Amino acid sequence: MVSLRRAQDALTPVIFFAIVVALFPLGVGPEPGVLAMLAPGVVWVAALLATMLSLPRLFANDYADGTLEQLLLAPQPLAVLVLAKVVAHWLLSGLPLVLLSPLLALQMQLPADALPTLVISLLLGTPVLSLIGAIGAALTLGLRGGGVLISLLVLPLYTPVLIFGAGSVAAAATGLDVEAYNSLLGAFLILALTFAPWAAAAALRVSLD
Amino acid sequence: MTAPHLEILDLGCTRGDRPLFAGLREHVAAGELLHVAGSNGSGKTTLLRTLCGLSRPAAGEIRWRGTSVRLLGDQYRADLAYVGHKDGVQGELTAAENLETLSCGAGASAADMRRRIDAALERLGLAAYAPYPAKLLSQGQRRRLALARLLVQPKPLWILDEPFTALDATSCRLVAALVSEHLAGGGIAVLSSHQAFDIAAAEVKRVDLDSLGARAFAWAGEPEPRPERAGHPA
Repeated sequence: MVSLRRAQDALTPVIFFAIVVALFPLGVGPEPGVLAMLAPGVVWVAALLATMLSLPRLFANDYADGTLEQLLLAPQPLAVLVLAKVVAHWLLSGLPLVLLSPLLALQMQLPADALPTLVISLLLGTPVLSLIGAIGAALTLGLRGGGVLISLLVLPLYTPVLIFGAGSVAAAATGLDVEAYNSLLGAFLILALTFAPWAAAAALRVSLD
Repeated sequence: MTAPHLEILDLGCTRGDRPLFAGLREHVAAGELLHVAGSNGSGKTTLLRTLCGLSRPAAGEIRWRGTSVRLLGDQYRADLAYVGHKDGVQGELTAAENLETLSCGAGASAADMRRRIDAALERLGLAAYAPYPAKLLSQGQRRRLALARLLVQPKPLWILDEPFTALDATSCRLVAALVSEHLAGGGIAVLSSHQAFDIAAAEVKRVDLDSLGARAFAWAGEPEPRPERAGHPA
């Protein structure tokens, strides 16, 4: 189940994340005020795109070698197996992003007191991205050009997470209270944890029919 | 629980919009083998996938121990082992790990599982390859690794799609012997194969999908394809 041994797969999203965020100071120029204002949005959008980059591989390898058929035929509920896969996916792609984000945010000259909020918002938000992404990955399994289709399916669903995630960091940077934002992100996470595994499991059954 | 037996009632399958066969009726009891025969594209794999519950039948019903498999769900899957065209072998994991991952949560203790995996690998002549990544295995060895799964977790119903492909003569005999043992122990096997095989069973039942296919075309109101075109891939 755990395909830790594909080191390349695991590292690509993190490196992508780092590079995208690093490109902004180069492109926008080093004015501190502008960068600090852009920082929450840039870090969040980069995290979103990096997560999406790794989504097609969530089920594709298992589909190609037939492991997915065996998982579908396992006597355990499929939703639980899907949840296990998503957790593994998040540990390999989401968690490294969260750990790397303070460093990149400093590079974007985000005020230091907004850093804890950034980490918390990403910690709450990236699992939601993985969970919602699993539905998209399951639906587009085995289709040609599935990667593009995943973006079209999943990005609109990511927008609420992006709005509140980036919003909380921006609020923290201006010294406002962030509890409401974090509560909403937590609510998204609980909602996604409850429904996404079942939706993805159903989508997998349809994809393999 | 009633004795294992598989009933196929008026089963019809389609692939996309194309009807493959219809009106398949069969009853397979413990110790019996169902041999699915038919030309390329006649729907053997579709039938086996439908029997597993991976695909939905277009018509008819499949019953296991007298109850519809749709109602049984996980209970049916707990009784079922499937080896399809794709081996389900992950190249990054070692041969032994491959067997472990797909049989986790079976309720057996780790030491017991370890012993069974070793025995299964030994039986299929893969013991020497246990610690190596499965991507180093040849096609035939992967196939044997997939079949080793059948031994790690004993299940009453085996569904094997072309189990003899990519295997050498010795391995073919070994697989035939494994299926014979399974049947002798009161198991049921459904397999598709183009090759002749020598399996000892209480009864070998044969389904010829080519003859059932003719009925499917009549059922869908379509003209039957001409014989000289039948061999072409769709």
